Amino acid sequence: MGRRLIRLLGAYLVLVLSAVPAVTAADKIKLGYIATMSGPAASLGQDILDGVKLGITHAGNTLGGLPVEVIVGDDQLKPDVGVQVATKMLEKDKVDFITGVVFSNVMMAIAQPISEAGVFLISANAGPSPLAGAGCLPNLFTVSWQNDQTHEAMGKYLQDKGVKRLYLMAPNYQAGKDALAGVKRYFQGEIVGEIYTAINQPDYAAELTQLRAAKPEAVFAFYPGGMGINFVKQYAQMGLKTEIPFYAPAFTVDHTILPAQGEAALGILNASFWSPDLPNPVNHQFVADFQKTYGRIPSLYAAQGYDAARLIDSAVRAVRGNLQDKNALRAALRKAEFASVRGPFKFNHNHFPIQNFYICQAIKTADGAFTHALQSVAFTDHADAYHAQCPMQWP
Amino acid sequence: MPVDPILLLVQGMNGLQLGIMLFLMAAGLTLVFGIMNLINLAHGSLYMMGAYLAATGQRWTGSFVLGVLLALPLTVALGMLLERVALRTLYHRDHLDQVLATFGLMLFFNEFVRLLWGPQAYFMAVPPALSGQIMLLPGVPYSAYRLAVVGVGLLAAVCLCVAVQYTRLGMWIRAGASNRAMIDALGVNITRLYTIVFGCGAGLAGLAGMMAGPILALQVGMGEPVLILAFVVIVIGGIGSIRGAFIAALLVGVIDTFGRVLLPPALASMTIYLLMALVLYWRPQGLFPATV
Repeated sequence: MGRRLIRLLGAYLVLVLSAVPAVTAADKIKLGYIATMSGPAASLGQDILDGVKLGITHAGNTLGGLPVEVIVGDDQLKPDVGVQVATKMLEKDKVDFITGVVFSNVMMAIAQPISEAGVFLISANAGPSPLAGAGCLPNLFTVSWQNDQTHEAMGKYLQDKGVKRLYLMAPNYQAGKDALAGVKRYFQGEIVGEIYTAINQPDYAAELTQLRAAKPEAVFAFYPGGMGINFVKQYAQMGLKTEIPFYAPAFTVDHTILPAQGEAALGILNASFWSPDLPNPVNHQFVADFQKTYGRIPSLYAAQGYDAARLIDSAVRAVRGNLQDKNALRAALRKAEFASVRGPFKFNHNHFPIQNFYICQAIKTADGAFTHALQSVAFTDHADAYHAQCPMQWP
Repeated sequence: MPVDPILLLVQGMNGLQLGIMLFLMAAGLTLVFGIMNLINLAHGSLYMMGAYLAATGQRWTGSFVLGVLLALPLTVALGMLLERVALRTLYHRDHLDQVLATFGLMLFFNEFVRLLWGPQAYFMAVPPALSGQIMLLPGVPYSAYRLAVVGVGLLAAVCLCVAVQYTRLGMWIRAGASNRAMIDALGVNITRLYTIVFGCGAGLAGLAGMMAGPILALQVGMGEPVLILAFVVIVIGGIGSIRGAFIAALLVGVIDTFGRVLLPPALASMTIYLLMALVLYWRPQGLFPATV
């Protein structure tokens, strides 16, 4: 009888004691992942997710020491669907963080509701200018870049190289216009042509014929995803590659589409914040383990996903798993004390990164794989052009 | 802008080439719609399957021609199987049911390709013999492969016309389009005829995909934008008419090409739809309606 009582008491004590830390630290962390997971753009969403998962694995299958539940939602590249998925994650799943988000139009729709719900949104891709400027949000952290930055890097490179006559092409939507605006912010020479094509246009024969007739000194074109495959293949097939040098942001020749572009992409100089051969130990480990796990070279999208997971990990670790204290979490996120695959990383006061940008070249390795090789540095510690309009200030 | 005759020539070739590709797509669609009275949204999936099968064949055999020769009968067989298993039940249903069912098939094929070939785009190389440039005139290069596409498309158009106009099968097809019950009563196996027609349509869509493969990205959903254009073509040309589809395809190809060159982008992407609206206003039955 007495023994049983002691046992009961013991069990009670264990329960009470184990419940005490739960008051401050959560027992697990729920991570919502919203991205385009279906349709032609699904490979980008998949690459970011694979990067996030590897980041979690490298943090000991946790985020900040807490076991993780990842909830994946597909925005179908539609802002209204993105809002539905976000609402479900906020109200039903009660997630602690949301990450992912490939497209800027989806980001514009979901950023404010998520931030207002007191949940942290870590963008692993989209960085539209309004959210970097006057519309910056206290709970939005963009771990990738501001949309214009990569294109600014190529504009600067072309300017420094002494190119005088440049021809510009991009799809006719916000990111395309941002891209060409980014180039023009740093390129001072003559713009011989500025052509916008319909989004997801498959064939560029007519535009490339006009381009050839304009005889520019160089071409800059922003065509992400499947459009990039079509454009780069057709540019090479028309014999233009040997005639007019082609420059691009990394999104036009990234690792999700390089194998489908093949030889057509070889030699193309492109701008990026990251490259698989960026010499730092974190990146080395990331690229090696990604290839081991998924059997392909990671793209910049995967690198962004990886950094998003490591950023969350660092912040949760800093607050010792107390997910309720949002102010402490925000302060920890701002410090960005994680080892980024890009080496130095810090947040500007608008929660967008200040980082280096590089010029890379598309190459084929000795074993026949297509990848990028670092060529030169375009910018060191480059901040975006909109941060001055963001009223948010912190030391 | 100053009119440069050489530029005009090259852009004309671009328009012709786009038109030929559209014709291959639209011919199958108009056959199936005109003769079997079936709206087939899965036609774009057959285009995609043709491209993926040929790319896989090319990877195995190392030859583009062998890849196409392997993929073409496979696509025809796939079309026939599809007709027997899924579409046969839809002939007597109204068009909305057909749209729903074939839309479902489209989703099925997209997921099927994603499972089999993965979400990332697939690579198909230009055959080495055609990778260079051919001089249309001295100093006016044009992609040899694109010229070959024009050749293959024209050949397919001629074969199709001869088959429909001058063979027994073609006669049955034309008769079947006019009066299904009558040709059935005359002892022609109309069920088998429909399977054959659908197989031919699938083969044409597949051929279009195979020809487009080296130029375009092979990816899930690649057939849908082409399908929309093909519908525009058959509406302009007159539903069920091969001749109408041919002329309308060239018209759409040339107008779209010059529209993109001469007009601002917002207007350029509208030109062919404006053309369609105009044709529908003046000739609701299309330019060359099939005689029913």
